[in-house]
Amino acid sequence: MAFVLALVLALPCAGEAAAADRRSGSDFMAPETRAMQADDMSNPAMLWVADGEQSWHRPEGAAGRACATCHGDATRSMRGVAARYPAFAEATGRPVDLSGRINLCRRTHQPAPPFASESRELLALTAYVAYQSRGMPIAPPQDPRLDPFRANGGALYERRIGQLDLSCAACHDARWGQQLGGSVIPQAHPTAYPLYRLEWQSVGSLQRRLRNCMVGVRAEPYAFGAPELVDLELFLMGRAGGMALETPGVRP
Amino acid sequence: MSRALVSVPTTARRGEVIEIRAMAAHLMETGHRTDATGTTIPRNIIHRFVCTYDGDEIFSAVLFPAIAANPFLAFTTTATTSGVIAFSWFGDDGSVQQATAEITVT
Repeated sequence: MAFVLALVLALPCAGEAAAADRRSGSDFMAPETRAMQADDMSNPAMLWVADGEQSWHRPEGAAGRACATCHGDATRSMRGVAARYPAFAEATGRPVDLSGRINLCRRTHQPAPPFASESRELLALTAYVAYQSRGMPIAPPQDPRLDPFRANGGALYERRIGQLDLSCAACHDARWGQQLGGSVIPQAHPTAYPLYRLEWQSVGSLQRRLRNCMVGVRAEPYAFGAPELVDLELFLMGRAGGMALETPGVRP
Repeated sequence: MSRALVSVPTTARRGEVIEIRAMAAHLMETGHRTDATGTTIPRNIIHRFVCTYDGDEIFSAVLFPAIAANPFLAFTTTATTSGVIAFSWFGDDGSVQQATAEITVT
């Protein structure tokens, strides 16, 4: 926690919300949307969580192993896992997000072809695993091997891009709480991914959200799974350290 | 793949007004969109929803292309007898999604 605080204090931007003033995106939503997220019977993302639960128990690949074969009961074995991602992957020598970890696991242990980025299967399994950590504080790993990647994520967050020449920080640190068109600008704490976005009419990942913003400022977005996106995810999760995980969230 | 979430109280007193909620996973493809090659994606929506209580129809709805994906419907009924509440969603492609829930009325 001290490390996270140090990281937050070290940021050079003026408008960054102090740790105590940090607010999840759900705080900025209409009461109706908040109610939709709070009730598991109205939260459409629960359809993905239910799919993910089936997928968890389905044997796949050459070895005919399911996730449950090794990991057992997800409600116990996966509790708190999503709060620690992205984490360092020995196999690739760089950070990997939860979806990336699931695909690494598929490739090496089942072994089965990895799910396509942003496919319904991958989002469902990711949502199911992340759902096991709902309500737990985000706990970014203290692994020093992550430091250069987290620093790169922070640099990307500050860097102005696109025809509109905006950085993430230009909106989400300097102008949070103000309006962009009809929408309130949140503080960019990724507390609820993967989440159901009403605009998408589907569950989507944090990478999809990041790419959306990049297109919004008229920049060329990084491809799904690009190291830059994972670095950004790593930086943002560190910045949100200690906040409660809401997965699966609903956003307007 | 699980296709529907339904919420019915498991128990109720006779004469009590109960709320029923039902959500089905469906793309609700409008028929007005085109794919990357410019070809129109054919319409594929749930066009009808029916709920029966102990065999009798208590609620039905006709749905249209402007309704969002994963349609959610909430309605109320009076608890009359213990039995099965059954839900059916009829798709343009001829598919029928079904779900059931049981209620005990005292």
